[in-house]
Amino acid sequence: MNLNKVLKGLLVAVPVLTLAACSSTDEVAATDANTGANTNQVVEQGLSAEELLRQQLEALRQDNTIYFDFDQSAIRSEFASVLEAHAAFLRARTNITVTVEGHTDARGTPEYNIALGERRGQAVTQYLANLGVAAGQMSVVSYGEEKPAVEGNDESAFSKNRRAVLVY
Amino acid sequence: MLKLIGRGLVAFALVLSAKSYASLEIVITDGVDSARPVAIVPFKFEGNTLPNQRIADIVSADLMRSGKFNPIAVTRMPQQPTNSKEIDYQRWMKQGVEAVVTGTIREVGVNRYAVRFELVDVFKGASGGGSSSAIIGGQLTTGLSHILDARETTISGDQFRQYAHRISDIVYEKLTGERGAFLTKIAYVLVRDKADFKYQLVVADYDGENEQVLLRAKEPLMSPAWSPDGTKLAYVTFEKRQSQIYIQDIYTGRRSILTSFKGINGAPKWSPDGRRMAMVLSKDGNAEVYVMDIATKALTKLTNHRRIDTEPNWSPDGSKLIFSSERGGNPQIYSVNVASGVTERVTFEGEMNLAASYTPDGRGIVMVNRTNGQYNIARMDVESRYLQVLTRTYLDESPSIAPNGSMIIYSTLYGSSQVLALVSMDGRFKARLPAANGRVKSPAWSPFL
Repeated sequence: MNLNKVLKGLLVAVPVLTLAACSSTDEVAATDANTGANTNQVVEQGLSAEELLRQQLEALRQDNTIYFDFDQSAIRSEFASVLEAHAAFLRARTNITVTVEGHTDARGTPEYNIALGERRGQAVTQYLANLGVAAGQMSVVSYGEEKPAVEGNDESAFSKNRRAVLVY
Repeated sequence: MLKLIGRGLVAFALVLSAKSYASLEIVITDGVDSARPVAIVPFKFEGNTLPNQRIADIVSADLMRSGKFNPIAVTRMPQQPTNSKEIDYQRWMKQGVEAVVTGTIREVGVNRYAVRFELVDVFKGASGGGSSSAIIGGQLTTGLSHILDARETTISGDQFRQYAHRISDIVYEKLTGERGAFLTKIAYVLVRDKADFKYQLVVADYDGENEQVLLRAKEPLMSPAWSPDGTKLAYVTFEKRQSQIYIQDIYTGRRSILTSFKGINGAPKWSPDGRRMAMVLSKDGNAEVYVMDIATKALTKLTNHRRIDTEPNWSPDGSKLIFSSERGGNPQIYSVNVASGVTERVTFEGEMNLAASYTPDGRGIVMVNRTNGQYNIARMDVESRYLQVLTRTYLDESPSIAPNGSMIIYSTLYGSSQVLALVSMDGRFKARLPAANGRVKSPAWSPFL
């Protein structure tokens, strides 16, 4: 999956840029000498540690939804790479927390669906934990059938509403 | 049948004309033909300042909505008597009308009205049940068997609706032997997708009038539940990006947080004595049923199973809770003795059973049943375990029973929108309450007020 490659590239870049941001004036000057870049550009690059995080989060948010089968909370294999990307990011960024929202389709009762949505959220956090993400970085909130992604009451809408969403 | 539906609409439209902001209407979809014909004759008005509510229309709409009566249209009435002495019984007999309500409204002062009514049994009257009656001090004093009730009460201009519902209660109880539930309220959640505060917790009279918004929220509101004294609601909010249970006084508007544990805080249900709250918490990692002592906040955990346990509801005597559990595979209804913790399976029929509640007499259990993928409201007889599916609507959920056990209000899908619907306990009478604006869900019928 593309997301994964982008993220891996970004993750490698993070420590370098963080160093650059922290570097002294001398090092900045040295960099200047080596690259021929002017100081303004270096300062811009230094600030972009934040910019990079923003880009990483934006990329993660592009692909943050796991879909489920009816009345099920098992993670389908097609979502392994998405979850690996999120796990890699969270392992590298231990100060960042994620909330996993669990959702269901409209079938069944609202209170039962709250429990089902929580089970979906927990299936995702368990998967991330198995990939080495610290429990303290993750929380689950279930909205059951209360916040459908798509209006409608056919299987096409239902399948888009049975989901867990990773929210940063 | 179409004609009957039309008449139902007209009856209600008249009621609505006085207060057009009410957002719930009623469309009777089934069961009018088996209802008993009665007549609520327009009350005669004596005075200058005409009140803005028509008592006879309100009583007619109430009785029609009960599913047990079919009040005939004014145009079909052979005469319009104002008291029992003026009734020509033979003519009403020919119309097949069982009972007639007559009345007068007299303006007796500034914003004061004396309302007098009589409920008359047409068959007894026709067979010579007596020709005179006497009302002294608002009470019927003679033993005339054809006059089932007669009263006179002085009310103010803003009490017309309420007093009309009171008359409906009296008429209903005299004619059925069962207490009327026309002075009750319904709490529900209104969802307006385009509104800034999308979710609203609303309390209205049982007929949708006198809507009062208790809470507006940007995040979902769920599971309103009445305190047994009818003064408070418990409900679930997501204001803090997690579920929390609140208790709110519906008269003062004051609210307090009851639970805010990690995970699910859901499905609150007051015990019949009002001291405890059944609820679902997942603070230990899994949805389990608990009972909380409201004063001390002490918790008792009543289920302990790795599968989902949810939707607790009290038996009328408070000794047991019924709840939905997946422990046998698909969700079915179980009961647990609150004192001993002894648990039994209650339902075995259907692919799933959910959201169960006892009928007020404890002899029936109403639930959402899934058969062939269809979610419908069903009633099970506790003793025989006979399960009857009551509805044919789509995606039914959140059934709530009227305090007299006559009717179930629930949420269903009509067209593409979530609406409230009514079904009588025997499944014969069905009606829909489409909202003028927004989706309506999670209805909760109040206790007797």
